[in-house]
Amino acid sequence: MVNIERARAVAETVTDPELPMLTLADLGVLRGVGVDAAGRVEVAITPTYSGCPAMATMRDDLVRRLTDEGFGDVVVRVELEPAWTTDWISERGRTALREAGISAPGPAPRRAGPVPLTLGPVRRAVTCPRCGTADVEVTSEFGATACKALYRCRACLEPFEHVKEI
Amino acid sequence: MAQIHTHAAGEHDSAFAGLLVNDANWAFGSDFEDPLAGVDTTVPDGVDAGDLALYCLMLADDALVYSHRLSEWCSNAPDLEEDLAIANVALDLLGQARLLLARAAAADPSIVPALPDGSPVPPEDALAFFRRDPQFRNVRLAELPNGDFAELIARLLVFSAARLALFERLAGSRDAVLAAVAAKGVKEMTYHRDFAGRWFLTLARGTEESRTRLEAALVGVLRLESELFETHEVESRVATAGVGVDPATTAAEVDAVLSQVFAVSGIERPRVNPLAGLAGRKGRDGAHTEALSRLLAEMQVVAREHPMGRW
Repeated sequence: MVNIERARAVAETVTDPELPMLTLADLGVLRGVGVDAAGRVEVAITPTYSGCPAMATMRDDLVRRLTDEGFGDVVVRVELEPAWTTDWISERGRTALREAGISAPGPAPRRAGPVPLTLGPVRRAVTCPRCGTADVEVTSEFGATACKALYRCRACLEPFEHVKEI
Repeated sequence: MAQIHTHAAGEHDSAFAGLLVNDANWAFGSDFEDPLAGVDTTVPDGVDAGDLALYCLMLADDALVYSHRLSEWCSNAPDLEEDLAIANVALDLLGQARLLLARAAAADPSIVPALPDGSPVPPEDALAFFRRDPQFRNVRLAELPNGDFAELIARLLVFSAARLALFERLAGSRDAVLAAVAAKGVKEMTYHRDFAGRWFLTLARGTEESRTRLEAALVGVLRLESELFETHEVESRVATAGVGVDPATTAAEVDAVLSQVFAVSGIERPRVNPLAGLAGRKGRDGAHTEALSRLLAEMQVVAREHPMGRW
C-alpha cells in the first residue's frame, strides 16, 4: 500500500531545475500526487511555457527522489489543462524569488473577449529587489528563461529579472 | 553513480573525446520525454481521425517552420535583448509544434513516416525530420527566407496576430488536447504580438532608413497574408465538427489589429497582389516555395543521417 501523504511530501521537496531556490510545488508546476490504477505513484506536472525545456529534467528529478525514498514504481504525467499561471506561485515561492534577487510576478491578467494589443510599455508595480526603489525600467519582455522579463533599476543601476505574469 | 572520467594519453587530440565516455550525462542517451505523457488523446466523436491529424500538422508545421526561421536569427539580432526575445518566441513556437505533432501522431499513427525496425525516433521527431517538403502543411509565410530586422518584425506581427486570433477560438475546441494547447499558446503569443507591434512602431517612427526598410519588408510579407485566411477543405471539416477553426472567421479581427498598428505608426498599408499558388495549390496543400526545401535540408540532415540515433 502506497503511503500517499509521504509520497506527496517527498515530491514537494523537488526543486525547479532553472529556479533552484523554488520547489516545483511552490512554482505551481506540481499539480498532483496520487496512485494510479496499477498502484503506482502518479505525479502530475504542467509546463510553465509550451517550450519549457526543463520538463524532462523535472520528471527525472521527481522519479529519482521518490525512488530514493523507497517508492518503487513512479509515473509522471503531463497535465496541460488548465494552463499554468504565475498566480499559482505560492507566497513562500515569491519570498524565495525575492531573496534570490528575482522580482516576483504581480496578478496575471484576466480578460473576457479578444486579447487587447498593448503597444505601450507594460505597466507593472515592480520594485528593485536590491534597493527597493520603484524607479525601474523594462529592458526586454524576454529573458534568459521563458518565464522572465529583464529590468534595470535606475537608482542602483543593477539589472534584474522579473517573473512575468501569464 | 556517475562514472568519473580521467583523461588518457593522447585524448586531448579531440575536444569531444571526453564527452563520449558516460553517455548518461550528455545529450546522447537522455530519455525521450513524451510531451503528451499521460494525456488522454482519444479522438472526439464526429471527427475523422485523419482529418484531425492533418489539421494538427497544419498548425504544427506553421509553428515548426517559423520557429526554425526565427532560430536562424540567433546571434544576429541588433542587440542582446532582441536576440533573447527572438529565441524565446522561437522556443514557444517549437513547444507548440511538439505538442501538436505528438497530438497528430496520436490521432492517426498512419501519418508518421516509417523508420527502420528498432529506431528509437519518437513520432514527433519522425514527423519533423522524416517528411519531405510536399508533406509539410504550413502556410508559405512561415517559410520565407529571413530578410532584415524590419522583415522579421513585419512578419512576426502578421503571423502572431493571425495565430493568436485562431488560438483564442481554438481554446473552445471539442478536442481537449487542442483546446489546452491553444489556451496555453494564447498567453505566449500575446507577448509575441506585443513585441512585434512595439518594434513596428519604433521602426515606423524611427529614422527615414528604418521606415523605408519597414515599408519594403511589408510588400513581401503582405503578399502571403491572405493565404492565412483561406480555408482548406480539412479546416472546413474540422471546423464543422467543432474541433478546429475556419481561419476565414478570424480575418476581420486580425485586420482590425493590423489596422490599429498601421494607424498608430502612420504607415499606409501597401496594396499588394497575393503570391499565386501552383495550379491553385498553396502551403496547406503541400505546395511550397523553394525556400522550404532548403530550410528542411538543413533542419533534417542530421536526423536523416542517423535514423537509429538517440538524442
